[in-house]
Amino acid sequence: MDNLDAAFTALADPTRRAILARLARGEATVTQLAKPFAMTQPAISQHLKVLEGAGLIVSRVDGTKRPRRLARSGIEALDQWLAMLRKGLEKSYDRLDEVLALMEHRKKGEVQ
Amino acid sequence: MSKMTLKTEGDKYVIVTRRFAASPEAVYRAHIEPALVQKWMLGPEGWTMPVCINEGKPGGKIRYEWTNGKGQGFYLTGEFLELQPYSRIVHVERMHLPNPTPDNHVETRFEPDGTGTLMTMRMTLPDAATRAAMLSTGMEKGMEASYVRLETLL
Repeated sequence: MDNLDAAFTALADPTRRAILARLARGEATVTQLAKPFAMTQPAISQHLKVLEGAGLIVSRVDGTKRPRRLARSGIEALDQWLAMLRKGLEKSYDRLDEVLALMEHRKKGEVQ
Repeated sequence: MSKMTLKTEGDKYVIVTRRFAASPEAVYRAHIEPALVQKWMLGPEGWTMPVCINEGKPGGKIRYEWTNGKGQGFYLTGEFLELQPYSRIVHVERMHLPNPTPDNHVETRFEPDGTGTLMTMRMTLPDAATRAAMLSTGMEKGMEASYVRLETLL
């Protein structure tokens, strides 16, 4: 989870989010990734560097090309933390129901 | 008692609502009294909160430390900004994993709702990206689900 900060920083940019959305559909080269954007390839490469540094994407060598894809471990680390947040919140409130029932029970006990 | 709802508003807000079968006073107290907070604000099964500091006054500090008893843990720090017994709490918080996550500004309201309480928590995140990241449910397993989910967020 050391990379979480870097992952959030990487996600804070709309171009990088669009790149991740494209890679979610499958591997792509820099040329393919640059196509939908009004950006130069070096500019896209810079974004890819940030995403790679955050552990969200990986590349492989294919001749002269270096196609990128989403990095399983990076996405999972992010995912795990997010799942914990939402599920944890639901679980916590179920528990709070029990705490409140107990408080109510005690209060009634005091009155009687 | 009732299902939690979680929705977005504008660019960087997250609204969570939940109904409780208890008075606003009880629900409010359960949010700031350490002995009560420690009993429920635990997240997933198996976690405990050995440290719970909650100075329930404006400027007061918040520090929650969680552990799963297997060597894993994380903590949250924050500060109270406003407290109106038993109707409203405003605070900021951040998780430390161990690096701090962006500040989350939280306003929690407790309103009478029939014989119970409607709690409305309004979180303000620094930007749309942080919020998008927070909203991923991550309930399903497997990469495919993760990819699809990630895509719907973007």
